[in-house]
Amino acid sequence: MTSNRPMRDEYDVAVIGAGPAGLAAASLSAQSGLSTLLLDENQGPGGQVWRAVTSTPLKQTRLLGDDYWAGSKLVEEVRASGAEILQGATVWSLDPHLELGISVGGGSQFIRARRVILATGALERPFPIPGWTLPGVMTAGAAQTVLKSSGLVPSGKTVVAGQGPLFWLLTAQILRMGGQIDLILDTTQRLNYLRALPHAAAFLRSPYLLKGLAMMREVRSKVRVVSGVTKIAASGDGRLERVTYEVRGRSATAPADLLLLHQGVVPNVNLAMSAGVKHQWDEIQLCWVPVLDSNCGTSVDGIAIAGDGAGIAGVLAAVARGRIAARAAVEALKPEAGAKAPSMDTLRAALAKVERGRRFLDVLFQPPKQFRIPEGDTVVCRCEEVTAQDILDSVAIGATGPNQLKAYRRTGMGPCQGRLCGLTVTELMADARGKTPEEIGYYRLRAPVKPITLSELASLPKDESATKAVVRG
Amino acid sequence: MTLRADAIIIGGGIHGCSTALHLCLRDFRPVLIEKDYAGRHASGVNAGGVRQLARHVAEIPLSIRSMDVWENVQDLVGDSCGFDSHGQVLVAEDEAELEICRARVADLNMRGFSHEELIDAKELRKLVPAVAETCPGGLVSRRDGAANPAQTTTAFRRQAEHLGTVVREGVEATNIRKDGRLWRVDAGGETYEAPVLVNAAGAWGGRIAASLGEPVPVETVAPMLMITSRVPAFIRPVVILRGRKLSFKQFENGTVLIGGGHLATPYQDSGETVLDWRKLQESARTVWELFPIMRNATVVRAWAGIEARTADDLPVIGPSARHEGLFHQFGFSLHGFQLGPGTGAVMAELIATGNTNTPIDGLRVERFAT
Amino acid sequence: MFKRFDGDARQPVEIFVDGRPVMAREGDTVSAALLASGLDVRRQTAVSGAPRLPYCMMGVCFDCLVTIDGMGNRQGCLVPVRPGMQVEIQKGKREIGR
Ligand code: FES
Repeated sequence: MTSNRPMRDEYDVAVIGAGPAGLAAASLSAQSGLSTLLLDENQGPGGQVWRAVTSTPLKQTRLLGDDYWAGSKLVEEVRASGAEILQGATVWSLDPHLELGISVGGGSQFIRARRVILATGALERPFPIPGWTLPGVMTAGAAQTVLKSSGLVPSGKTVVAGQGPLFWLLTAQILRMGGQIDLILDTTQRLNYLRALPHAAAFLRSPYLLKGLAMMREVRSKVRVVSGVTKIAASGDGRLERVTYEVRGRSATAPADLLLLHQGVVPNVNLAMSAGVKHQWDEIQLCWVPVLDSNCGTSVDGIAIAGDGAGIAGVLAAVARGRIAARAAVEALKPEAGAKAPSMDTLRAALAKVERGRRFLDVLFQPPKQFRIPEGDTVVCRCEEVTAQDILDSVAIGATGPNQLKAYRRTGMGPCQGRLCGLTVTELMADARGKTPEEIGYYRLRAPVKPITLSELASLPKDESATKAVVRG
Repeated sequence: MTLRADAIIIGGGIHGCSTALHLCLRDFRPVLIEKDYAGRHASGVNAGGVRQLARHVAEIPLSIRSMDVWENVQDLVGDSCGFDSHGQVLVAEDEAELEICRARVADLNMRGFSHEELIDAKELRKLVPAVAETCPGGLVSRRDGAANPAQTTTAFRRQAEHLGTVVREGVEATNIRKDGRLWRVDAGGETYEAPVLVNAAGAWGGRIAASLGEPVPVETVAPMLMITSRVPAFIRPVVILRGRKLSFKQFENGTVLIGGGHLATPYQDSGETVLDWRKLQESARTVWELFPIMRNATVVRAWAGIEARTADDLPVIGPSARHEGLFHQFGFSLHGFQLGPGTGAVMAELIATGNTNTPIDGLRVERFAT
Repeated sequence: MFKRFDGDARQPVEIFVDGRPVMAREGDTVSAALLASGLDVRRQTAVSGAPRLPYCMMGVCFDCLVTIDGMGNRQGCLVPVRPGMQVEIQKGKREIGR
C-alpha cells in the first residue's frame, strides 16, 4: 500500500530507506503481522542499486543486467506484504526514544515506532581532487542514476576515473546504452594486488568474481584504460575543460566535458549518528561503521541497521541483513509470528555466504592516500568552500578535531552536513596531527539531518496558494 | 608527578578561559583543566548574544563592565570573535507588554542605568523592518550585539595559553582536595597544586561545589537553538520577545539563528542532549507568525548545549563562603556568554587583590547558605 | 554532457527554466531535466558565487539547489518534474522565501 502521509502515529516497525535492505526488512516484518511503515526519500522504491526499478525508461533487461531486475521481485513482495510505503518522505530526525520527524508533502509530522530499522545505505566516498567542484565533474554514481531513472547517457568527451567493484559496472552500463566514454583512468594501486592476495581464496568462491571479470573485459575491449594513475586534476574556466593525470611520474592531459569520479562507497551515517548510534573507524574500509550485534542491533535500544549503512557489503548482503534485522524485530515484538519466517540460523548462513570474498575487494580497492587526503588549495568542504590548506592552518593554531574545526572554518556546517567532507576532514586532521582517525573522531551530527523549511517544520503553509495546494492534496 | 601553578581553573568554557587570560595579565601562571575541549558545551554552542538588555538588576553592573571588555575584544585576544554591535531589541507583541517595558525603563533610570530605551512602533519598524505589523514597540539596548560563541571561546582559550596558561583538555579534574593552604587536583595522570582553585565548570560546577561542602541549588539544562541556511541580509539587531520564548539573530554570513530557551533533555554524564522537536516546532511557528519573510528559509542544523541554571536564575560569582582560596564562577542560567569576558576580569581582580569595584553582592554564594 | 537514450518512450512534460520552455520526460527529476536540456544551468554558490552543477544526483551534496515554483533551495535531484513547473537557477544568495 503506497500512501502520501503516515496513516498512524505509531508503528511496530519503521524502516527507513527502500533499497535492497529496506525492502527485505519491511517485507518480512509486515508478512509477520507487525504494523510496518517503509519510508523513502525518492519517488519510487529501489534505493541506489535498483533505482527507478519500477519506472525506468530502459525496459530491455540486457542493458541494466539481471541483477538490476531482481529488484522488481522484492518490490512486488513488499507491495503484497501489507507494509505501508511512503515515497518522497524525508526522515530528518530520529531520536533515541524512537521518535521520527518526517517531512512529506510540504509538512512535517512526528511518528513513533517500537523498532526502527535504518536502511539508509551508502554514498560515494568523497574524491577530493583539484577542480572537483567544477561543473562537469560528477560522481560516477550520479551518471548511473540519470541513466537508470531518465535514460541519460554521457555525450561529448567523457573521462571516468577511479576504482572499485561498482566502477566497472557503471562504465559497462554506460557503454551498453551507447554512451560515450573516451578514457578510463584506473587508480587501483598496483601494490594492492599483492596485499589482497591472501584473501583471494575466499573471493574465488564469491558470486561477484565471474561477473566482475566479465565486466572488466567488456569495458577494456571498448575503451582505452590507463592503469596505475597516481594523480588526477580537473581544470577549466567556469566549467570542466580538461583532465590532467599522472602515471609513473609522467603527466598527460585529456580534453573533457564530463569527468565521472568513483572510488567506492561508504556508509551513510548521518541519521544513525544523529540518533546517538555508536560508530567505529574501520581500518580496512577506511570509513565509519556502526557497532552492531549479530542481529544488526546498534548501541541504541530498538534501532537496527541493515544494508550498506552497516558496513559496505553489497546488495545480496543488504537483503540478508534486512531480513535478519526484521526477524529480530519480530522475535522481540511478536515471537509467535516468527514461525512462518526463515529461522535466524538460516538467515545468518545466507549472509555468511554472500559476504564471502568481501575482504579481497576491500583490500584490493582501498583507495590510495593521495585521493583521500588532498593538499594545498584543493577544496575539502564543498558547501563552505574550505581548502585542505585552510584546515591545516587551523590545525596549526589549535583546532584538534572536526568539531573544533567548525569554530575556525565552518567545515561541515553547510547543507550537506559533512557528507561530502567528513571522511576527508577526519583523515586529513589525523594525518596532520599524527593520530588515528578513531582518536580524531567525526562531526557531532544532529537532526535535522536534511534541511527543512521553517514552514515545513512549523507544519504551516508558506502562503495562500500552498494552503490550497495542500487542501487539494 | 605534582605540578605547581598559581591557580587551578576547572572548566574551559568562556568563563574559565577568560579568568585564565585575565589572571595571566596579572602575572599569574594558571592551569586550566577541561574534561572535553574548550567550548564543547554551552560556551561554544550558545546563541552568541552579547546583551545587557533585559537583565536582572543584580548583574547589570557586571554586564556593563563586560560590555567594555567586548568593545575591545580584538585588542585583548587578537581575534574579532565575530562581535558586532547592531543592538538588541526586545519586541512587545501587544500594549500590555509595552506597558511592562515602560515600567522597566523607569525603574532602571531611577537606579541610574540608561542602557535600555523604550521604542515605539515606528522606531521598532526602523530597527527591525521585517517584524510583524502588529507589534506596538519595545526596548532597545544599542551597544548590544552578538558574537560567534565557538570562535570567541576558542580565541580566549588560545590567548590564555599564549600568555602562559597551561591548558589541559580532554582530562577530567578529579580528587579535588585541600592540603594545608594548597588545593590539589588530579588530572590526566598528573597532580596540580595551587593556592587558588576556580570552579568554572558550568553544568558540572554544582557537583564540584557540593563535593566541597558548599551546595548550590542548580539544575542542568540544555537550551535548544537552530540555524538557517544563508539568506540575504534583512535584520541587523538581535531580536528577543517579551512574552514568548524566542530570540532571533542574523549573522554577517547570512545565516539566521533562532533560539529562545526551549529546552532539550540533557544527559550530563555522557555530555549529550536529546532535542525536543515538538518544542522547536513551536519556535518555528513563532517565527512564522512574526517574520513572514522567513517562512521558506531552511533550517539546516539544531543543537543544544549543557549548562547550569540556579534556583534564582542568577550566577554564583566570587569567593567561597567556606574555603579560603576557592572561587566560584558558574550557574549562569542561560545568559552567561556576554558576562564571560567581564567576569573573568572581575575574578582575576578578586583573586589578585581580594577586592573588586564591580558590585557583585547579589551574586555571591552566601545567598544560598542555609 | 548528456543526451537522451533513443529508446525513451516516456511522456513529454513541459517545464520552464528561467521562463524558457524545456521538454522533460515524465519521471525525470528536475536536475535530470536540466542536465538533458543542453542549457547553461550552472548555479552560483551562496558563499563565493562559484559555478556548480549537480554532483551526486542522490540527495547528499546539495549542489543541485534550485528554486522551484518560487520556493528556494530545493534539491533538484530529488524533486520530480510536473507540467508547468517553474524552475529558476539560483545566483548567489537567494531571496528568502523565493
Ligand atoms: S545533486 Fe547532489 S544533492 Fe542533488
